[in-house]
Amino acid sequence: MKSLVKQLALATALVAAPFAGTAALADGHAKLSYVLVSHAPDSDSWWNTIKNGIALAGEQMDVEVEYRNPPTGDLADMARIIEQAAAAGPNGIITTLSDPDVLSGPIRAAVDAGIDVIIMNSGTPDQAREVGALMYVGQPEYDAGYAAGLRAKGDGVGSFLCVNHYISSPSSTARCQGFADGLGVELGNQMIDSGQDPAEIKNKVLAYLSANSDTDAILTLGPTSADPTLLALEENGMAGDIYFGTFDLGAEIVKGIKAGVINWGIDQQPFLQAYLPVVVLANYHRYGVLPGNNINSGPGFVTDSGLELVEKYAGEFR
Amino acid sequence: MSQAAPAPEADERVKEMSSLRQALIRPELGGICGTVLVFTFFALTAFDSGMFNAQGVLNWSVVSAQFMIIAVGACLLMIAGEFDLSVGSMIGFAGMMIAIFSVTLGWPVWFSILLTFVICTAIGALNGFIVIRTGLPSFIVTLAFLFILRGFTIYFPQTLERKTIIGGIKDAAEGDWLAPIFGGKIGQGLFQWLGDNGIIGVFERGTRAGQPVVDGIPMLIVWAIGLVIVGHIILTRTRFGNWIFAAGGDAESARNSGVPVNRVKILMFMFTAFCATVFATCQVMEFGSAGADRGLLKEFEAIIAVVIGGALLTGGYGSVIGAALGALIFGVVQQGLFFAGVESSLFRVFLGVILLFAVILNTYIRRMITGER
Repeated sequence: MKSLVKQLALATALVAAPFAGTAALADGHAKLSYVLVSHAPDSDSWWNTIKNGIALAGEQMDVEVEYRNPPTGDLADMARIIEQAAAAGPNGIITTLSDPDVLSGPIRAAVDAGIDVIIMNSGTPDQAREVGALMYVGQPEYDAGYAAGLRAKGDGVGSFLCVNHYISSPSSTARCQGFADGLGVELGNQMIDSGQDPAEIKNKVLAYLSANSDTDAILTLGPTSADPTLLALEENGMAGDIYFGTFDLGAEIVKGIKAGVINWGIDQQPFLQAYLPVVVLANYHRYGVLPGNNINSGPGFVTDSGLELVEKYAGEFR
Repeated sequence: MSQAAPAPEADERVKEMSSLRQALIRPELGGICGTVLVFTFFALTAFDSGMFNAQGVLNWSVVSAQFMIIAVGACLLMIAGEFDLSVGSMIGFAGMMIAIFSVTLGWPVWFSILLTFVICTAIGALNGFIVIRTGLPSFIVTLAFLFILRGFTIYFPQTLERKTIIGGIKDAAEGDWLAPIFGGKIGQGLFQWLGDNGIIGVFERGTRAGQPVVDGIPMLIVWAIGLVIVGHIILTRTRFGNWIFAAGGDAESARNSGVPVNRVKILMFMFTAFCATVFATCQVMEFGSAGADRGLLKEFEAIIAVVIGGALLTGGYGSVIGAALGALIFGVVQQGLFFAGVESSLFRVFLGVILLFAVILNTYIRRMITGER
């Protein structure tokens, strides 16, 4: 029995040690604290920009910030995280609204409990208003897809492949749908569920393009699907020939734009989606000032002109 | 033969044991120690973070209850000597079936729920039947169903509705008699009273101003507790419970002594599927939508909870109460780390360390008390 007690004591000390630092940090109650809850699975590298953005905002505004997400991207788990964040009682919650059915309940409960909420990234301004959020900061997905579709139509595109790596999120599908509507064609089977694995994505794109060799254009929805697609096009020799547009930026995408393989990237400027809500909330809580409207962080088309800053900060702040 | 047996209490086949030691030799002892440890730990590090106010308690209770529901099924199946890796996909599939039946096809919600239960337990039986008939490891068979069910969960809504999340179940379930049994809450009156008397917080603004922040106990928690009690009684108080242990301990000798091993195993696969469906139904009724990505990795979470609770991966040893405590530990640690403000990218490191530690502690305690080497 004695050795058991010893074991227990040792174990407690072991587990408790790494927490000493964080516990001390949590004591600074006077500081304003904000939590950002995203719907992104751990594997989605695009959200790194969001993490950097919110960390920088926290530093500059001198407030506590935290980033949280459901590890697998399960939205039901995300709802629990929002409930948890609300129970911990921060000054504000910044969250995405990728499925209103699941998330509006917990978000509304947080708002009603006296916590100010800003919706970022996913969702629409209307949905943000419905759940009682202060504002929406982001890029309306369908509209961005539609604008991209119009642009591609002007460039003579008639058919396309949409590589959807996050098919369970309605906003991803809205991008493909918007693009199809902008082109004025049926979406039909032109959207594929690529999964998140790079090798799988590459092979699915290769398979689709060899089965449908008359495809005019490719639309990818972010670095997760764009990077393997770049490799696929290199492999089958379509690089530079096929019309290639993508949502979001990343190091590889910027290289692709520079090399002329990718015609344009739609930058929704995720940095602003994380950075601005913290600035807005901190100023609102300190001085009571609040911008009177939603903030559109995008869309902006990035082409091979003026790439220098984009290239320098791609994947970090862009 | 020649001598009459002495008093039955001195039977030389039964080892003498002090009552304290007897009380200690339980699979759930590790779970009990772990639970005490985890709560002490968070009471020290995260006490004033809101973790132990009404909302906070409800938050980790609900998460723990979710784990508990699937852990009970996984526990009994594991004691019977088999695995089910299709639990997570089954959760996604069951939720999607309910959504398709009730929203897309417009059937009554109670009928959709019952039909889904029938379909899912049938798939559980199929799992078990294939395992028994082919003699393949259940690991492989259920891994196949992990992909098959997830595939259908994406295919059906994509084909029928052109999207992967089907909403509107809340409206469909309005006035239904069965839906509140999964998605409702109980004890509203008590919580309103607690709120009115300032024992728990109330909403400060909005349409629900004045209502308590916690307005009842979700049926999810009631289901979890109910399943744990039923599972525990079946396992420890009935002949069928003995059969479960026997089937997992040594299937061949169990068969030789007349235990219907095949029937027990298939029934356990069905029960696991049933638990997954309960999980899915509660989730769908609470959130009002079904998504193709629901339940990802839940099979491993169920197995982890069961193992923390003291069951052996090889079968034949374990306890439902232990599994429930394992689920509680897992849920409290998972949510508690958020409350303690642990840097989120390190979150999984802490989770892994704590899980590993719990299992090592458990094994150590078990060896010590059972004298097993």
